[in-house]
Formats: sequence, C-alpha cells, structure tokens
Amino acid sequence: YGLLDEITNSAEEGMSLTHCNHAAFAVRRFSLWASSFHGSLFPHLTLSSDEMVAEFSQMLDWSDSALRSFAWHPHTDKFAVALLDDSIKIYKSNSSPTPTLKHRCQRSVCALQWKPLCGSALAVACQSCLLIWHVDPASLSTRPSSGCAQVLSHPGHSPITSIAWSPTGSLLVSASPVDTSMMVWDVAAESAVPLQRVGGGGVTYLSWSPDGSRLLAATPSALFRVWETRMWTCERWPCLKGSCQSACWSPDGGCLLLSMQGERVIYALTFSDLTGINNTYSSPVTAFFLMKNHLKQLFCPPFFSGSSFVLRAGDSQADNHPSVIAVFKTRSSPVFELLPCGFVMGEAGAEPRFMQFHPHFQHGALLTVCWSDGRISHVPFYFSSAGLLGGDSPQQALASNTTNPSSNKLYTEQIS
Amino acid sequence: MCLCETKFLSIYFQVVIWRAVASIAWSVLLLPVTTAVFVLLSRFSLFHPIQWISDCTSLLTASSTIFSLVVLCGIMSLFVFPLVVPSIPCSRMALLGTVLHPRQCVHSLVYCTMGMLVMWCASVTIGGRYSTLGTPCRQSESGEVVTCLNEYHLFLLLAGAFMGYSHSFLGVVQNMYYVSFQPIQQYKYPRFKGCLPMVVKCSVIQALYSARNFAALYFFFGYVPKTWISSTLNLQIDSSLQPLDSLTGLLDFSLLYHLSISGAFLYLTWYLTVLLFRIYVTEAYSFPVQSTFTEDAEQCLPKVLAEKNTLFLALQDLALLSQHSLSRRLEVFNLSQPGGHPHNWNAISGECLCLLSELTQRLVAHQDAVASNGRVKSQSASSDTRSASSSSSGTEDIAETPRLSVPVLTAPFTPDVDSPFSSPAIRRLVGQQDPHSPWSGTVQSPHIMRRGPKLWSASTGEKCPVRLLGEKGSSRFSVIPLHGLETSVNSCSCHTLNCSAQVKSFLAKRVLIMYLFNKLPEASSQALFADSQAHIWALQGLSHLVAASFSEDQFGVVQTTLPNILSCLVVLLEAVDRHFKLPHASSKPVRTLCSMGDSTYKTLRFALRAALKTAIYKITTTFGEHLNAVNISTEHRKRLQQFLEFKE
Repeated sequence: YGLLDEITNSAEEGMSLTHCNHAAFAVRRFSLWASSFHGSLFPHLTLSSDEMVAEFSQMLDWSDSALRSFAWHPHTDKFAVALLDDSIKIYKSNSSPTPTLKHRCQRSVCALQWKPLCGSALAVACQSCLLIWHVDPASLSTRPSSGCAQVLSHPGHSPITSIAWSPTGSLLVSASPVDTSMMVWDVAAESAVPLQRVGGGGVTYLSWSPDGSRLLAATPSALFRVWETRMWTCERWPCLKGSCQSACWSPDGGCLLLSMQGERVIYALTFSDLTGINNTYSSPVTAFFLMKNHLKQLFCPPFFSGSSFVLRAGDSQADNHPSVIAVFKTRSSPVFELLPCGFVMGEAGAEPRFMQFHPHFQHGALLTVCWSDGRISHVPFYFSSAGLLGGDSPQQALASNTTNPSSNKLYTEQIS
Repeated sequence: MCLCETKFLSIYFQVVIWRAVASIAWSVLLLPVTTAVFVLLSRFSLFHPIQWISDCTSLLTASSTIFSLVVLCGIMSLFVFPLVVPSIPCSRMALLGTVLHPRQCVHSLVYCTMGMLVMWCASVTIGGRYSTLGTPCRQSESGEVVTCLNEYHLFLLLAGAFMGYSHSFLGVVQNMYYVSFQPIQQYKYPRFKGCLPMVVKCSVIQALYSARNFAALYFFFGYVPKTWISSTLNLQIDSSLQPLDSLTGLLDFSLLYHLSISGAFLYLTWYLTVLLFRIYVTEAYSFPVQSTFTEDAEQCLPKVLAEKNTLFLALQDLALLSQHSLSRRLEVFNLSQPGGHPHNWNAISGECLCLLSELTQRLVAHQDAVASNGRVKSQSASSDTRSASSSSSGTEDIAETPRLSVPVLTAPFTPDVDSPFSSPAIRRLVGQQDPHSPWSGTVQSPHIMRRGPKLWSASTGEKCPVRLLGEKGSSRFSVIPLHGLETSVNSCSCHTLNCSAQVKSFLAKRVLIMYLFNKLPEASSQALFADSQAHIWALQGLSHLVAASFSEDQFGVVQTTLPNILSCLVVLLEAVDRHFKLPHASSKPVRTLCSMGDSTYKTLRFALRAALKTAIYKITTTFGEHLNAVNISTEHRKRLQQFLEFKE
C-alpha cells in the first residue's frame, strides 16, 4: 500500500486533489479491510514464510530440528537427509562416498522425494523454488555441482511444503500453503499445469496413492480433496474438525487413513475401483491410547503379505509421558481393520520427529525414525510367518536400543 | 484402396475438422462477452458510474454494435491450420525465408485486413472523436465547412493493421500455431478456466508492447499514410488540431488508453480462438481396439496407428489406455477369433517399434553426419579451437556449398530450410551418398581425405585466421582455410593460397551474410526431436503394456516380442546418450515468460530421454530377475543389468 499511502500523504500536504484523495483513501481502507478479512478467513496467510514451512512440514518442530527432511529411495538402499544448514546428504548401503548437495536456491528444505523408476533424480521442496537434483549413482564425486540441479519455479508458488511424484515417475505435483493451485510439473520439459481450487486457501500436504489413481491434497482449513488422476477432477471432503495433518494410503490404494489436527482418532476412507469414490464411510477407527495430544504422522509401509502397519507418533508435552510411536497392524480384507500392536520408544529425552518405512525391506518391515537429538535409527520388524495373511502377530523389536547398532554407528556423524 | 482412403479421411473429418468447427463456434459465442467487456472499459468514467453503465447498456443493444458483432463473427471464421509438429528454422536465413514465403505473406495480409476491420468496429463502438474517417471542419482562411481527415480514426485503423501483421509475424517466430499436448488430461471447461487468466495477461501485455511500437512507428512515418489518404480521398487536413505524429499529439492519455484497450480486445479475440482450438484438438479421442464388424475395422487402433493424419491421436489414446483402462488392455492382449493370432498386439507393438527405430536411425544418421563434418565444423562452432577438434556442432549446409563437403562419405544430414524433418526425407537422406558434389571426383581423392585432418590437427600455428573467422560465427566459410591448407600441402600453389586469403577477407567483411547463415545453436537438435511427442507416447504405451502383461497377459503374446522391444529401447537409449554428448544438445533453452507461443518443443529431447529411461525402468522393475530368461545380446543385457541395479 506504499503507493496509496504516498498519495494520501501528499494529498494531506495541501494539494487540492480532493477527489483523488478520497478515492485513494477509500481504496486503501478497502484493501486493508480485505486483507484483514482474508487473513482472518485463512489465518495461515499471516505467517511468515519460515513459520509457514515449520507449521506445515511433516517434520515435527522443523525449525529447531537438526534434520530437516528424510527420504528413502523407492527401489534401492539409499536415502537422502536434509540438514539444518540446508545441505542434503545422500547415504548408500555400501559405504560408497556420500554426496553433499548444496545450491544457492536450496533454503528451508521442507520435503524430499526420490523419483520413482529412476536411479538418480531427487526432488527438493525449498522456500522459493523446487529443485530436481540428478545425482549420478555411478559417480564418485562428493560435491555434485549445482549444474546437476534443475530449478523449477512459478510466480506466487512458494514456499513449497509438499511434493509428490506420481508412482510412474512421469509427473511431479507440488503444493504451497499460499497458492490455491497446485502445480503438476512435467519435469523434463520444465512446464507446469496449475490446478486451481479456491476453497481452503492453499494446499499443504500431498500424497499419491500407490497405484497412481488418486491424489490427496490437504488444505490449511478443515477441508481436503481427493483428486482422481485420470481426468483430474476432485471431490471435496469437509473435515469434521481441524485440518488434515497427515495421511497414508493402503498399498492397494483402496483405503486412506487420515489424522486431523487436534484430534486423537484416525479416520479411514475406503474407495472402490476407478469409477469413483464409492462410499464413504468415514467412521473413525478409534485409537485406544493414553496420549493427550494429537496425531502428527501416519505411515504405511509397502505391502507385505497381507499385513501392514500404521504408525502414529504423538507428542505429549502436557503430560509426563514420553513421546512414543504406536504401531498398528492393519488388515485390508475382508474389512479394513486396525489392530494395536506395540510401541516404539526412543532413548531418554529423545522424541520422534519423523518416520518412514523402508520401501522394499526383504524380510519384513524396516522403520526409520529421526529423533529430536539428531539421531536416525532403523527399527526392523521381522515377520515370524510371512506367508500367513495377518494371522500371526509379528515379532518386533520394540525399543530403539535394540536397533541395528551398525546403523547407529554409521550415522552418528549427522548429529550436528 | 480408394475406399480405405475415404474411410481414413472420414475419421480425420470426424475428429479433427469437427473439433476445429466446434472451437470456432465457441469462440464466436464468446465474442459478445468480450465485446461487452470492451465496451465497458472503453467508456469507463470514474465519476459518473450510473451514466457510464446506462450508456454502455444502450450501446450494447444498439444496432451498430450488433452489426459490428456480425462483422467480427465473419472475421473469426478465418483460421490457419495449426501444426502438431513445429517447424524449426535452422538458421536466421531460413527464418527469413519462412517469413517472406508467399503463403506467409498472404497470411500476413489477411491478418492486417482483419486487424483493420476489428479496429474499425472498435472505433465505431468507442464513438466520439474516433467514429468516422471524415469530419466536418472549418477552414481557417475562408471559413467554409469542408470534410477533413479524422486522424484519430486513421491512427486506430493503422494500429489494427500493425497489430495484425505483428500477430502473424510472431505466430511464425514463436511457433504460435504449434499445438503441444499437456502432460495431464483435463476436461475442456476446467482447462479453459485455468488458461483464461494467462490468455488475458498475454493479450494485455502484447497489446501494450504493440501500442508502444506502433506509436514510435507512427511518430516517424505517420505522415506518409496521412498525406496519401488525404490526397486520394480528397480530404483536407485540419490544421487547427494538433497532428498526431508529433510528440505532444501522441502524449494524449485518452488516445493511448483507447489504443491499448482496443489492441487488447483484438489480441484477446485471436488468442481465445487459438486457445479454444488447442483445447479442442488436444483432447483425447478413444479409438476402439477391435471391432466386431469388418466395416469398422478401419477405425480401430491398430489401423489408425498406421495412418499419418491420425497418428498423434492414436498414440495418445494408446498411452492412456495402457495406463488407465484394464478392459481395453485385455482387448490388446486378446487373440483373434478364429485363428488365435495376437493381431492387435502385433500391429500395435510393430507400429511403435517402427516409430522408435526410425528415430534411432535418424539420430545415428545425424551423428554420422556430424562426425564426418565434425572436424570442419568444430573450428567454426566454438572459438575454443584447441579442444574442439573432437567436438562438433550442428551440421554443414552442404546443399548450398557443395564444394565444402570435404570428407563426406556418409549421408549429409541437412536440416532443410522449409520443412521440419519428415521421415521419408530422412530415409532418403540416409540412403544418399552425395553423388552430386562436383568435387567428389577431383580434389577428394582418398589420399587427401586421409591426410587432411591429420595435417590440420598438427598445424596449430595456422589456426589463428581460422579462429578469427570462427569468432565471427561463420559456419559456412570457415572451411576455406582448410581447403587452402590442403592444396598448399599437396600442390604448394601460392596462387591458391592468395586466392583463398582474398576470398576469406572478402567474406569476413560481410558480417550480415554470416549473421544470416550462421546456424542457430541447438536448432538442429530441436529439429531432430520436433515430433518426439509421438515417440514419448509410444514409449509410455509400450512400457505400460509390457509391464501390465506381467499379470494380465493370459496367452503370453507379449513375451514373444519382449526381446525385440528391449533391444529396440536399449539401442535407442545408446543413440540418445550419444546425441546428448554433442555440444548444444544438452543446453537448456531460455524460458520465455508469458507468450502465447508454445515453447514445449524446445525441451522435447529432454522429455524423450526421461521417458525412455522411465520406460526401461518400468519394464526392468516389473520383470526383475525374469529378464535373464529373455533372449537378448550380451551388451544389451549388460546395459539392462545397470537398470536392474538402479545405476542409470
């Protein structure tokens, strides 16, 4: 409003343009009123860029966390970690050199994701743009040049808080809480198609179903959308209370589990086949837990012989209970079920910040947890009878002190 | 045969022509809306809103406006057919040739007239001082009333002609009539809604640019049309008014406002037509995979794939069905009844493989041409001559300068001036051995050809003049010192040396010629991949079908062609990899913000490379260890092993 201010000020100084003065004053009043109205409608728009990233990042307490983001490669034993100093390190299983990625546009990294069906491409959601790193797996260089990165940006589309590759690797969708449209990128051609829906005031979280047929888009308001990816139409889901915090799809894409802000229940939506969302019960699957606080993250591992897990992390600052990860066993046939299974706790004082399943662990499920002290630990779950359809309860290593000691040793250098 | 052709034409008519008609109909229907907005804006007055609204409504219902609408509707139905494959000029000369082509001249003329007509309608609608060409005025000395030239009206009309020409010109330069396909499918209405802000923004920006340029042009040359019109129509020039080709005349805010508003209106009508046409043409069309009736067989996917007119639509449909439609995939994998032959799959995979191997051949031919001319080209392409002896850029324009084709043994791959690469042309070129070169028999004995390059690389001291030439950017003439060098070595003729030096200095002075004939960097690479959207779809379709066959193919029809498909993909990958090692091939084009021209064709080669790798990964991750049982050569197996280990 600098210009309008200037106009009103100069008019007050005694110029005789009373018409202009009044008009400018009215316009300024109106715009102030409109912006405050808009801000009260969508309170997240009053946040600064960094606060917004911290608010909507999947990493809990993003701003003071040593680890900013984490991503397993979907096909190989390789993962990428974004650190507090905005650099990204890539670790591989067989102790080959660990490349460090740095770029001048790479600030406030909020999300990482490897491109499926590709060995090298890593998408990074930054404050001002989207970076696509092409890290040659065969190269021995530890500092890939910034020429290896593609910069994708669109005016008005920043900060980017969530990205999702399509499972076929052909498209990348990015979302920003300030932009009502999400961008569908054709990365190689560097062109974007905006998909705009005004309601909700932005898009905070994206999750693509594993079969690629649907895409969840959560907004900062109490509303989320499920897009079908054939003709890109969407269904609105006004939530009960609070915005959608996190979500995960069942491995066959038929069921969507959601957690809401300020609620202690997990919601499930089931979808029939491609013809559309069939029904639609959103009966809350109650979670029997002692935690007072809300759920923050949900993750489903890839499909393993009929049974899979849902994890929820809760943090409870109010009580003296330490923050724990709850493990559920799920069963999708004949009806969707969630069975409580156990807890994963960290060392004393450490709280879980982020978790992700290894996408293709051979012997069961491998959960990777980022803790608040900057440690990354791997928690393996071995199925005692992998063939049976969720019949037997799997053996599991419950506490983090039984985690793979070698992994702890290997990654201690990340504690910064 | 004749029957077949009419059938194909009927499909073509059904799909493409009908869509064109529908899009034009829609843009005509949208015209009243844009006109209403234009009227509202042109009569805008801040302090008398009620009068403004009532004026506008009465104007919109007036007969003159409706008459102008009818005229405008007539204008809309003129249309130039868009291209699916962009035309990429390889040098500035070629671009000039396209712009000065008679067809393009007619096109520009038509657009100039249309622009004038629209501006005439606009000036009538605005009314006031713009409405007619002649106005009554009082002559200063005698005091009698005569008809004078209304310069404002003339100004708007000329602006319309200027904008029409610049639209037509930019249409060629920015490839506005190239239609690209979106990466995702959307219904028409949401897509139109999504694109509308962009189109409005583009037309406003373009109108502002044009208004600025036209005002400058009128300032310098405005008196020419003014005196001409006034003398032919016997109109007086009102000397009491400020002439518009002066600085004070042009700095009229209301005039500039109306100029930009009507310019934006003009561009908006054209851009909307282009946008609607793009949306309609790129909509997916679902062809039946097989038909129970023989008379419909020509409309089925395998047959349509073989037809050039409908190739893009058919491939798009193939890519979509392979990803989204289980029932249609099953039809593809089905066996024929009776007989039990996998005709559908054979035809579809055959067509796709044919397309892909054609691209491979094209790339290999290009690389051979570059490799054979590389030594020649490298000196001119980059000023860094020392390292450039192995590298090369673009291709030599042999058709124009046959004497320069020094060691051409393989096909001279010349991106030709008028048209983008078409496959028959490539096949012709591949087979050709350049027998027409007048020098092939005389100078180019094998002896010289063998020795020339060696001598060249050894004589570093001689490079300076060449570098001079190279810096000036001549690709055409830089070979002359090489030629001179050879002859000097072979015959030690001082005369030739002198002669070549003279020619060299003569040509070096003609900067304009060099500028015109200088090859645009990466243009040849863009031209090679101009129609690669088809290949991308073929790759997507094939890979998804093959991956789906792992669980859905009951009769094992895909397994028989799997070795062919894999080796075709790997060979193409090798060719593409080698192509990206050429200079300029991997450099990214500059992004243009906000223009209606579609620049997607500039990045098609990257898209093709990504699609190719994804396709191979799709197959290898689906089949996994089963690939070891597939019968392919060891090198290809080695390459595929890299993919299995995610090392690519």
